[in-house]
Amino acid sequence: MNHAATEMKEGAPAIAIRGLRKEFGSVTAVDGVDLDIANGEFFSMLGPSGSGKTTVLRMVAGFESPTAGTIQLGGTDVTKDPPFSRDVNTVFQDYALFPHMSVTQNVEYGLRVKRVPRAERRKRAQEALESVQLSQYGARRPGQLSGGQRQRVALARALVNRPRVLLLDEPLGALDLKLRREMQVELKQLQRDLGITFLFVTHDQEEALTMSDRIAVFNNGRIEQVATPRDLYELPATPFVAGFVGTSNVLDGEAATALLGEPGIFSVRPEKIQLHLDDPHLSDSATPHAVTAAGVVREVVYLGSATQSIVDLDLGGSLIVLRQNQQSPSEGDVAGRGARVHLSWLREHTVSVAPQPVG
Amino acid sequence: MNQTNNASEGTLVARLLAALRRFAAALPNRASAVLHRRPRLRLSLLIGPPMLWLGVAYLGALGALFITSLWGQDPFTGTVVREWNLDNFRLLWESEVYRKITFRTVGIAAGVTVIDILIAFPVALYMAKVASPRMRNILVIAVLTPLWASYLVKAYAWRIMLSEDGVVSDLGGLLGIDTPGYGLAAVVITLAYLWLPFMILPIYAGLERLPDSMLEASMDLGAKTGHTMRRVVLPSVFPAVIAGSIFTFSLSLGDYITVRIVGGANQMLGNVVYDNVGAANNLPFAAAVATIPVVIMLVYLAAARRTGALENV
Repeated sequence: MNHAATEMKEGAPAIAIRGLRKEFGSVTAVDGVDLDIANGEFFSMLGPSGSGKTTVLRMVAGFESPTAGTIQLGGTDVTKDPPFSRDVNTVFQDYALFPHMSVTQNVEYGLRVKRVPRAERRKRAQEALESVQLSQYGARRPGQLSGGQRQRVALARALVNRPRVLLLDEPLGALDLKLRREMQVELKQLQRDLGITFLFVTHDQEEALTMSDRIAVFNNGRIEQVATPRDLYELPATPFVAGFVGTSNVLDGEAATALLGEPGIFSVRPEKIQLHLDDPHLSDSATPHAVTAAGVVREVVYLGSATQSIVDLDLGGSLIVLRQNQQSPSEGDVAGRGARVHLSWLREHTVSVAPQPVG
Repeated sequence: MNQTNNASEGTLVARLLAALRRFAAALPNRASAVLHRRPRLRLSLLIGPPMLWLGVAYLGALGALFITSLWGQDPFTGTVVREWNLDNFRLLWESEVYRKITFRTVGIAAGVTVIDILIAFPVALYMAKVASPRMRNILVIAVLTPLWASYLVKAYAWRIMLSEDGVVSDLGGLLGIDTPGYGLAAVVITLAYLWLPFMILPIYAGLERLPDSMLEASMDLGAKTGHTMRRVVLPSVFPAVIAGSIFTFSLSLGDYITVRIVGGANQMLGNVVYDNVGAANNLPFAAAVATIPVVIMLVYLAAARRTGALENV
């Protein structure tokens, strides 16, 4: 929190990570990560558990020291700095509120440590609590709050220090779905209003897509792809990204060769695929540049707003098809289990997610 | 013919046995079913015996102690005279000697408690937050093993170590420290050693319950180690410290053997009780003296309660 030590350099990214590695004994948790995160960016690190995303966050916070590599905050190397002298604050997964202090005392803690005068401390804490709609709860203990309220207190406690970067370690993980959706919108709004760089760790792809300016997808301690949510979804760079972000719909082997005319691994998003009860080549619904495949419906899942069908292709493999329920579907007009169907999608919606095998 | 008979007999016996077994197997089931339907019966069966023990053997004995302290002794025959009076307590209150012994005992207990807190906290902190799991296990065992050794052996070990040509004198001599000899200091040292595990274990448990993220959050908010200790760690383990102090304080209050072994001519309340039960054979007066530590402990518990430390332990 020493501002003199982390003097902002003109044009430097908020966070610059170079060749970051972390080994725990014989386990490599982070295996060579390079990242540049711009000022004011909402940046998410997405990946399954054990993919190294949280370890990267903890190294940025200063809780773990890297085995190799450097971390810069605003152009200043902080790799060897202890957590208390870095201009970042963290919202913990378990919130880590101090149970023996009131909500106000919790929020004031960082200011108190920095010997901010009492009057200003109170004022800023009150403002921070107002920004998370908890101004009435200052006198309570964390134990008397709901999960969602605790989450907001943790947020206020971090933001009151006006850090350069806010680190969020799966902060919404413990909330129920409805509350989580609300908080996603609120967090995004807060970040836009404050203009603070957010580094957000999550394993929930929907959460990452909803909130982020850019996302880094982690797998086995490495970054698979860094892209905007749109590019990540529409143009996944690797089979892992195609599978992890959105519904996995990967075509490979003989089916890929037969349908697309070239070997490789390809991804098609389920909502891009049309499902026809008869051969589209025989009817008007055929589109010139469409790829078509015949198959049998294995499973139909009604999702409320949409219906999802899993179709086993005659050529091998299976594809998931998502259709919006624009009319309320009756049992009859959906292709049921065992029905023979034809699938079609535009050629341009097929994304190669791996380099074609050499030879 | 015979064989078939035998066979049918065999099956009959086997069937009977099987039926018996089924019945026996069903019995506990039936009992559980009855207990399941009657939660009150279940509860009273479960806590009845321990409550009986606590009520009769424990509180009953305390009550008997207090009642006895209100009786007197026939000075000639030495028999207990069952006449209600406060003579014993008056004697305790008015006699300079007993007041002195009481203060000395409380002083020793307080000293032992403070020393144990000062030693136990860093040890427990190291065990809970720094040591590797392997080292942690080794330390837990190291803390627990002395409890298996006899109290007398440990007290006499200190007597030997604290003697004129003992280890303390030899090693301390290198640093210019001499053995304190047998006296109050020796009593405090020995008792602090004896009760240390009772302080380490609660603090260790308290620190283990303190999530690492709490310490990280404090550092993350800009607090250095000292500040984190003062503002986060100590308040969190305060109830554990109080719990440990109840052990060390009360165990020290009631002690009378250590002071005999390493205390020189000093006496604690326990010695007065012992002498009045034995040599003087004045049971009512012994009971009155024994009431003092009980009252002190009640005051201590009330004070601990006021700090809020006994809630949510």
